[in-house]
Amino acid sequence: MSTLAQEFSKGLLKENPTFRLLLGMCPTLAITTSAFFGFGMGVSVFFVLLCSNIVISVIRNFVPDKVRMPAYILVIATFVTITDMVLNAFVPELHKALGIFIPLIVVNCIIMGRAEAFARKNNVIRSILDALGMGVGVTMSLTLVGIIRELFGAGSIFGYNIMGTAFEPMGVLATPPGAFITLGILLGLFNYAFKRLGIE
Amino acid sequence: MDRKLVVSSSPHIKSPETIRSIMIDVLVALFPVALMAVFLFGFRALATMIIAMVAAMATEAIILRRKNLFGDGSAAVTGLLLAMTLPPAPPWWVVVIGSVVAIGVGKHIYGGLGNNIFNPALVGRAVLFVSWSTHVAGNVWIKPVPFGFTADAVTQASPLVTYDASLGDLFIGTVSGALGETSALALIIGAIWLFYRGHIDWRIPGSFIGIVFILGLFDGGLYMGLYHVLAGGVMLGALFMATDMVTSPVTPAGKLIFGLGCGIVTMAIRMFGGMPEGVTFGILLMNGLTPLIDNMTLPKKFGEVKKSA
Repeated sequence: MSTLAQEFSKGLLKENPTFRLLLGMCPTLAITTSAFFGFGMGVSVFFVLLCSNIVISVIRNFVPDKVRMPAYILVIATFVTITDMVLNAFVPELHKALGIFIPLIVVNCIIMGRAEAFARKNNVIRSILDALGMGVGVTMSLTLVGIIRELFGAGSIFGYNIMGTAFEPMGVLATPPGAFITLGILLGLFNYAFKRLGIE
Repeated sequence: MDRKLVVSSSPHIKSPETIRSIMIDVLVALFPVALMAVFLFGFRALATMIIAMVAAMATEAIILRRKNLFGDGSAAVTGLLLAMTLPPAPPWWVVVIGSVVAIGVGKHIYGGLGNNIFNPALVGRAVLFVSWSTHVAGNVWIKPVPFGFTADAVTQASPLVTYDASLGDLFIGTVSGALGETSALALIIGAIWLFYRGHIDWRIPGSFIGIVFILGLFDGGLYMGLYHVLAGGVMLGALFMATDMVTSPVTPAGKLIFGLGCGIVTMAIRMFGGMPEGVTFGILLMNGLTPLIDNMTLPKKFGEVKKSA
């Protein structure tokens, strides 16, 4: 049994959902055109993951195995609906930019994966720590991809101009192929770094 | 000791051909094209070509941690081919980024020479085209002035926008356009050298140019058929880009399909698409289909019989 600290920290690097487990690729590629969108998506996933992990861990002993998937979907969909409405009410521009990818959090592999692989086998405390680690991990990853694509694709970070006025943005990074190229290069760099550091 | 029977491991038959010798042949074949570009567009064309080649070779040397800048010569060919697709005088940093992307993303991410799916030079051009279209397309085509080695330059629209150049000008190359694409004459001279050395096969250029001509007939008769073949990048693409050994099919039937596909996509973009020119994306698309084409056109093994259905 790993320690509580390990339950939290594994999601940050060692089992980072985006760069190590390659889960939730669809939003990672689709909405990371700017750092703010990436961060917003990350926080939304974080919130849903935390809440669903708690509830699924609480009900894990009452739900029959055969119907656990529908039950999980129901739990997750509840929190996604809350997120959807909150975003729409308080940050409408983010809600508009994320669009269909907010409802699609319901079937996000990170959340289903943690429910299936972790929350249904562990107690509430561990599930919370797991969700915190994974949530921070996915938020960092999406923000990182967003920062790189926004910096070179538009010359700014979180909307603040960094590169100056003479900079001519590399438009390809703002397009879907740019998402694949950025993610691929980052994955390569992470794999290289992990190999060097001996983390496996 | 003199032995009659030499026992050694394979390969037993060796060819004097090396990657380096092939690449030097390609560079030789591109020489008339480069010469024509300098003749038409002046020393700014030479500068663009040199920047692209040096940047490509430096990128490859850094990635491979190699001391020898020229190496097997493939990076020099990629750099020069990239320069051929660019306007005469883009900003130097556009050329450098194009070369770095071509070698880094187009070639070495896939595992280096022989493993790349897409033609590296065209990957570089596609990225430049999507990112900085104001510098590599649109109103950047310098009017050619033979022997006019001056700093003055007049830009004009591409003949693929105006459709008013004469066929003779298009053949000789005295029209505006990318460095290597204007002169069909120089490209054909270069390609004859490659044919002579056995590096390219008639099937890809033949079917590519053929289908462009046939589809061009529907766009306005014989004149437009020839116009579509001679204007823009069809000649450069068909003779030097689509015939890249790494990214084109190896089977004879596959080569014909590949050339037809390139031509059809090119003409579809030219006639119905939003861009004046479609050679780059035509070839890149067919590059992606190359493994599939090779698989579908596998020749029958000796002695193989048809499976009964």
